[in-house]
Amino acid sequence: MTAMRKITPSEDATGTTPVLRVSVWRGTAEGGAYEEFEVPQQDNQTILDVVSWIQQYADPTLTYRFACRVGMCGSCAMMVNGKPRWTCRTHVKKVTEGGALTIAPLRNLPVIKDLAADMDPFFDKWVKAGGHHHPSASRHDPMPVITSETPGRVEANAGIECINCSVCYASCDTVAGNPDYLGPAALQRAWTLYNDAKEADREAVLDRVSGAGGCHNCHSQGSCTLYCPNELDPLSAIAGLKRASAKRFFKGGR
Amino acid sequence: MKGMKTHRDHPLWLAYALHRFSGLALAIFLPAHLYVLSLALTDPARLDGFLHWADLPLVKLAEFGLVFLLAAHMLGGLRLLALEFLPWSGPQKSLAASVLAGAFLISGLFFLRAI
Repeated sequence: MTAMRKITPSEDATGTTPVLRVSVWRGTAEGGAYEEFEVPQQDNQTILDVVSWIQQYADPTLTYRFACRVGMCGSCAMMVNGKPRWTCRTHVKKVTEGGALTIAPLRNLPVIKDLAADMDPFFDKWVKAGGHHHPSASRHDPMPVITSETPGRVEANAGIECINCSVCYASCDTVAGNPDYLGPAALQRAWTLYNDAKEADREAVLDRVSGAGGCHNCHSQGSCTLYCPNELDPLSAIAGLKRASAKRFFKGGR
Repeated sequence: MKGMKTHRDHPLWLAYALHRFSGLALAIFLPAHLYVLSLALTDPARLDGFLHWADLPLVKLAEFGLVFLLAAHMLGGLRLLALEFLPWSGPQKSLAASVLAGAFLISGLFFLRAI
């Protein structure tokens, strides 16, 4: 990487640290434009570090969102050089192109201001897909024993580490083309519930995700699985929902 | 921004795009195809004239394009069916793909010997 790095004019002339040329999208839902910043390059530096540097040293009015800085909370995702990334764990060196960075708010979501996207549609669809547990027993019933080797549990476990960062949602062109499409995260959540032996009504889960805007809208472009920062596989989860609802249909069900 | 990559540059998205493009192109071709076939009943003389035109080398070349679109679209559909309806593991998919590639290689060799 060092050998390939171009020496910037400022480094050439004064011997100071190299700078990153960073285009940051500034604006609101009404519109906006990219603004250029020069940010000192460090050996170890994440995209979130770059955005924070701009806010602290160049323009305190820059709006963005973050919380944990360690890839747990899912609040700092942005478009970096055209691809959705969790910025707190994306190293500049991994994604920079000739010392240049373009940072924009997440795709497929309304913009609140600058780099902060409005996550409401994303979470609304999570709710619409029934993304919460519906208990099949009360606290007075004995607890059923489900080992982690149970096939359904294996399927469910594969999808439960989602941090709701909306990277998959931003990467999906089906979401871009159909505002009613539930999107990869909400559908993957439904797939984990469908495979949960303790879910009260698993057929109802299928009902919620197999109609208009549901799993059958997916075109299997696979961007969700490619960009998921937690290396989950929404593509396969949605395929599972397609199989389950198709099987039910051909068995003469709904 | 120049030369910036997008979230779309990966094989699965390109496979989707090829499937969509080949489908659209075939859908546009199909009415013309059916119209020409219908000439056999309504206007055989014009059909003969058309078939004569279709013997031109350039038209023959374009037919290769059609066959390519048809093959791409059919294989794309089979790919989707396998992707979505066969919940295979990664190694199983790799094995299936290599078996398919091997079969293609062998049948291709026989085909080349035949011509």
